[in-house]
Amino acid sequence: MIGESIRQAVELLLTDGEVWSIILRSLQVSGLAVLFGCLLGIPLGVLVGIHRFRARGAVVAVINTGMALPPVVVGLFIFMLLSRSGPFGSLHLLYTKQAMVAAQLVLALPLILGITVSGIGAIPREVLDQARSLGASRWQTAMAALGEARPMLIVAVIAGFGRIIAEVGAVMIVGGNFHGDTQVMTTAIMEEVRKGNFSLALALGVILLTIAFSANGVMARLEQRAMAS
Amino acid sequence: MERVRTGRSGNVSLAGLLVLLSLLLAACGGGTETAGVEVSDLIVASTTSTQDSGLFDELLPAFEAANPGYRVKVNAVGTGEALKLGEKCDVDVVLVHAPDSEKKFVADGFGSERREVMYNDFVLVGPVEDPAGVAGGADAVAAFTRIAADQAPFVTRGDDSGTHKAELKLWKKAGLESPAGDWYRNVGQGMGATLTIANETGGYVLADRGTWLSMKENLPGLMIMVEGDAALFNQYGVIPVSPAKCPEANSEGAVAFMEWLVSDEGQELIAGYGVDRYGQALFVPNAAG
Repeated sequence: MIGESIRQAVELLLTDGEVWSIILRSLQVSGLAVLFGCLLGIPLGVLVGIHRFRARGAVVAVINTGMALPPVVVGLFIFMLLSRSGPFGSLHLLYTKQAMVAAQLVLALPLILGITVSGIGAIPREVLDQARSLGASRWQTAMAALGEARPMLIVAVIAGFGRIIAEVGAVMIVGGNFHGDTQVMTTAIMEEVRKGNFSLALALGVILLTIAFSANGVMARLEQRAMAS
Repeated sequence: MERVRTGRSGNVSLAGLLVLLSLLLAACGGGTETAGVEVSDLIVASTTSTQDSGLFDELLPAFEAANPGYRVKVNAVGTGEALKLGEKCDVDVVLVHAPDSEKKFVADGFGSERREVMYNDFVLVGPVEDPAGVAGGADAVAAFTRIAADQAPFVTRGDDSGTHKAELKLWKKAGLESPAGDWYRNVGQGMGATLTIANETGGYVLADRGTWLSMKENLPGLMIMVEGDAALFNQYGVIPVSPAKCPEANSEGAVAFMEWLVSDEGQELIAGYGVDRYGQALFVPNAAG
């Protein structure tokens, strides 16, 4: 059955242009969400990771809880914000790719943030103290910490991307699975399951896994390079 | 992991974890016996529209009371998926609404027999602004023709469900083999999600009356455009999966479920369902004897 699905997956990729546009849309939405997640999560994570402050334990607990946010709940929350009857209804963002990016950003951010914090936290204190004693400014200390934790940052990106490229609950609710507009790989799979086209759904799943595998391959190369330097 | 926990506190939390796990396992355990009667699971594949309307909450306790040997589990999916689950022997009986597909299911040997149970009807729902001007009509096909001509936004479930198939039949009668274009929005989702999308985007949508009635409070932007046309008739059938194809299936339970649905007791419950809440019955029983 798996063999048949792999064959069907290859056939889809060769013959079905629609599948390619769905793949590209998935990469676009999840890629943007991870990008914004890094822009927000890494600086914040460095801040929380370097500093020792009183509420730190609570902040870390909140971040770690955020990693367990159910996608459906996040989707519903964004939906209610963007709904016609919601506070941001006038923006007409519901059922757009922007809304999907926003929902996935909320899902990816705690992971990126949390892994960055623990990556920075794992740097031996002496290394940062030494940097400070050598006269490094706050900014320089933060940059030194970033450099030390580089392999972990790549793990953060891989984990964040892995979580959202595979989630269906949030993008189904805020994207609506509009064909040719907001349909992504996971919502397409869900739809085929509902229709009873199990082998087609599995073939799409094979394609999704291949994408995740390739993305991880690229990131692993980067990680090795980061470790080596 | 920075530190490895050792000693007593580690053992205590390990023991706690084990207790928790065993509780979880116990909670999942099946094969219960009630009052000396052997209880077996009976898995029904049905449609989201039947589930969302709340009909099962009324029917299942009554069926289980009359047949204490069975515990019913409902898998609410689209008609397409329900029939597929039946083909794969993953369920014991299907209750769906797409007569042509159901007859094919039986003809192909996947189901043992098909009995008609009840019908409800579809309603054409649309935005209160009614851009295509179809409100108040009694002819569904005429309304569909008008919507297509105006290219007014229409949201389709597009999920191979019974409702989707009925919609495609109406488009065919309106002269459109397969409607396409920016105005025709295919969302590939269930009835509730599709109605929500139509409400948010101001689109027309074909819905079953049960789901419409149970959800309309939450759909202030929508109202009924066309109803009562014979072309909007929606017949439900029940089919036990074939014991020849699926020897593992709970065939006895499946047949008992079918017989109970078409019995006087089952039919009366169906006839009364929804009257107190919506002022009208959601389904009309029509089992033939």
